Amino acid sequence: MPISRRTFLKIFGSGLAATGLTEVICKRSGWAASIPSAKIKEAQITHSICPYCGVGCGLVAYTKNGKLVDVEGDPDHPINQGTLCSKGQAVFEVVTSPRRLKKVRYRAPGSDHWEEKPLDWAMQTLAQRVKATRDSSFITKSPGGVTVNRTEALASIGGAALNNEECYLLAKLSRALGIVYLEHQARL
Amino acid sequence: MTNHWNDIANSDCVMIIGCNPAENHPISFKWITQAQEKGAKLIVVDPRFTRSAAKSDLFVRLRPGTDIALMGGLIHYILEKNLFHKEYVINYTNASFVINKDFGFHDGLFSGFNPEKHAYDTATWGYQTGPDGKPLTDPTLTDPHCVFQLLKAQYARYTPEMVAITTGVPKEVFLKMAATYAATGQPGKSGTVMYAMGGTQHSTGVEIIRSYTIVQQLLGNMGVAGGGINALRGENNVQGSTDMALLFNLVPGYLVAPMEAAHPTLKDYLDKNTPKASFMINMPKFFVSLLKAFWGDAAKKENDFAYDYLPKAGAGFQGAGYSWIPLFEAMGAGIIKGILVWGMNPAVSSPNLNQTYQALDKLEWLAAFDLWETDTSVFWKRPGADPKKIKTEVFLFPAADSLEKEGSASNSGRWVQWRYQAVKPHGDAQSDLWYANRLGLELQKLYKGDPKAVFPAPIVNLNWNYGAAPDVHQVAKEVNGYTVADKKQVLNFLALKDDGSTACGCWIYSGSYPGPDKKNNLMARRDKKDPSGIGLYSNWSWAWPVNRRIIYNRCSADPAGQPYNPKRVLVRWDPAANAWKNNDVPDFGWINPATKAQIPPEVSAKTPFIMLPEGKSRIFVPGGLCKEGPFPEHYEALECPFHNPMSPVQSNPVVKIWKSALSQLAEVCDPRFPIIATTFRVTEHWQGGAMTRNLAWQAEMMPEMFVEMSPSLAKAKGIKAGDWVKVKSIRGEVLARADVTHRVAPFCCGTGGFQNTVEMVALPWHFGFAGLITGGPNGHNYAANQLAPEVGDANTMIPEYKVFLVNLEKA
Repeated sequence: MPISRRTFLKIFGSGLAATGLTEVICKRSGWAASIPSAKIKEAQITHSICPYCGVGCGLVAYTKNGKLVDVEGDPDHPINQGTLCSKGQAVFEVVTSPRRLKKVRYRAPGSDHWEEKPLDWAMQTLAQRVKATRDSSFITKSPGGVTVNRTEALASIGGAALNNEECYLLAKLSRALGIVYLEHQARL
Repeated sequence: MTNHWNDIANSDCVMIIGCNPAENHPISFKWITQAQEKGAKLIVVDPRFTRSAAKSDLFVRLRPGTDIALMGGLIHYILEKNLFHKEYVINYTNASFVINKDFGFHDGLFSGFNPEKHAYDTATWGYQTGPDGKPLTDPTLTDPHCVFQLLKAQYARYTPEMVAITTGVPKEVFLKMAATYAATGQPGKSGTVMYAMGGTQHSTGVEIIRSYTIVQQLLGNMGVAGGGINALRGENNVQGSTDMALLFNLVPGYLVAPMEAAHPTLKDYLDKNTPKASFMINMPKFFVSLLKAFWGDAAKKENDFAYDYLPKAGAGFQGAGYSWIPLFEAMGAGIIKGILVWGMNPAVSSPNLNQTYQALDKLEWLAAFDLWETDTSVFWKRPGADPKKIKTEVFLFPAADSLEKEGSASNSGRWVQWRYQAVKPHGDAQSDLWYANRLGLELQKLYKGDPKAVFPAPIVNLNWNYGAAPDVHQVAKEVNGYTVADKKQVLNFLALKDDGSTACGCWIYSGSYPGPDKKNNLMARRDKKDPSGIGLYSNWSWAWPVNRRIIYNRCSADPAGQPYNPKRVLVRWDPAANAWKNNDVPDFGWINPATKAQIPPEVSAKTPFIMLPEGKSRIFVPGGLCKEGPFPEHYEALECPFHNPMSPVQSNPVVKIWKSALSQLAEVCDPRFPIIATTFRVTEHWQGGAMTRNLAWQAEMMPEMFVEMSPSLAKAKGIKAGDWVKVKSIRGEVLARADVTHRVAPFCCGTGGFQNTVEMVALPWHFGFAGLITGGPNGHNYAANQLAPEVGDANTMIPEYKVFLVNLEKA
């Protein structure tokens, strides 16, 4: 049986009354109380995990036409059960902040300012720097004749804010380059 | 964490020591509160009266850095009053093992100390063995050389009086704490220890955590629901980044990174790292499968599966390895020329920041991948620096946020949870997956095109087939592992081989994606039913290893397989059915994989800790695995206003002291720096601050740098609440507003004529010099770590952020 909006609201309303929660939930009076907030109405739902501490709270991101309209705690998540702390509630601003970087910034040696650069140029130039540093410092054998194939002039730090698959690719690439100065937030 | 967040609700007593979950892991406190509502006691041990302390049944104000003295006192109390879980201790720990007769402890040092080398010869730190090579044991625990008797002797000095003198905790508070926590030693009761950087960031960090684990072993709290030793991870995927080994000393899955001295060849590596017993006899399968995942067809039996392609670690800078402090010392010495920085802000988070800045100035290039301009990416514009003199070339790449990409993150409880992309990244921003992949592709292009390239093989032969737009599912499947011939996903790590027929990027994640399709991605599971009734949620996401929620769970049941607490069953042997009935995935051999025959409980009761060769948990750590000794002994922090009351040895005798112009230490009881300082975090901000100091909401809630000081210190210095003050250590200074509060208090410690009262101040470490807010008026650097010392724990080189000496004055 199709449930009309009116029937649904009736059932919902009586259900609330039965649980005695009407006054708690229905801060607004009348039908308005049971209408979902316009912000997330008809929004698309995406599940995620909070990017801050290690509790791993579930998030629900609401989007409309590709734009983020709200982020809330995931009510189905066993750990946070819909709740979030002050940082978790700020995830919305992490995405929408005007301070977020949109272009590659480059600072030449001795310069006192940034320049914007194309992404392709920056990736190619960085690869050249990595290769030049690696090749000019590469140690193939130790003084004792052991094959060591490492560089001590290149370092890579960070990764605790990344996804596992990203960390894995970095772990793989840095070993391929012979990097031994490899560190991240686990020690800090 | 050996356990997980929801499980805390099962505890009878929660001990929070060296962390502040109400502030720093706020949602986790829901589960502590649930435990309390069911009658559990909450003990909070901290130098500061924190938000967690405000919810506690008992607050224990501990002088920072004296955890071992407090835990040693607790061990002494448990043994003296006979409150340990006897059956558990005899059967599941190494308490009954008989130790080398020449092992001993005298005047603050264990046997074998070499004062010139500041190191131990650990020959006497081992088990006595029988003719079969197996350790000798005395299940009566009476042999004078057995671990149990040595433990008693070691902590005989740690009386309630000595605890008070050393830690500043009054005797009656200590006794109340000891009685409350030791009550969890009754069979069926559980107590949990929650800790974080307040426990680890000390020159004795490893031994501090060891002291917590000894208490947990004595009370039978490991492997049980509501128990365990639980490290509260501070970043959403620092568990995963550690599992994936973005660390110098490991390769993915906690396998040892090859070392030049010990492992010149694959044979050396496998021989030296494969134990004679324990589950880790399978290690060669995991390691060879890793080499196959890295180098694919180029990893062949004939070339030792490309073992030479992996870098072999040397001694590191000044023989101190490649970890954080030596890394920045090597950079300062001009050895490191270029660095990749992935979402990290060392210009705020590194210790002794003035050394860090000088090191960054010496780099030829720095590439940062981040959401924002961080303090690190603009180190050349920091207050007091002249950009013209800094020749470092800097690239700052715009990165995608967690809602702008797809992939998995591992929480503190080892739950590996999938998150989906909600929106596209801004402008040119890309995921770190895309950046890593593209950098690899560009390098392959350069190395293929340059006949003069140095040793290009590991790069050009790298198994790097992710295309221009890498698919995160392809990477996740590689991490899970597959058979090489037909590219079929393996079910879990039991299917891995050491003959090159399987590939697996991280063996402990094997089983997370055991099939070809997205529906096989177990990390994405969202079944919120909990048939266990004790919050295991076994079908929500996936936990490593093999979806086990509580590790060492054999210990939740007695040797006959009967649960110590029938209301909190993890595993249970049903004698009528001759079979195990399990709520959790058993952490022991319970079924023969070939015949499917059930293995009776007597077998697993002999080796409940399957990852250790002796099969029992270690109250005594043999063989020098902990460099300071087999038992934790109290030593003072390197910068300390008290002489060590426990022994004539003032500080950790095997710690490395860095000696350079920028790496100075105050003297013991230094009159120039008479105040103890410690650092902490606030709920509104996060780590180095880039993720919160750039947000308007967070900035408004917690806008300024401050220093907590007691009313007595404020009065003595003529400082009023809200005044700007200058806090100075021997290494640097920082401006902060005075927060005059009873949250901090002076400590009265020391013996007889040496008794003294010393003030303590505490500083949040999130602030800096860049971002929407910095911590105060522009033009200053508000990073607390300008004060912190470059002293590292002897095992891990984790910096001693949590205790150092300062002075302060009104600015």
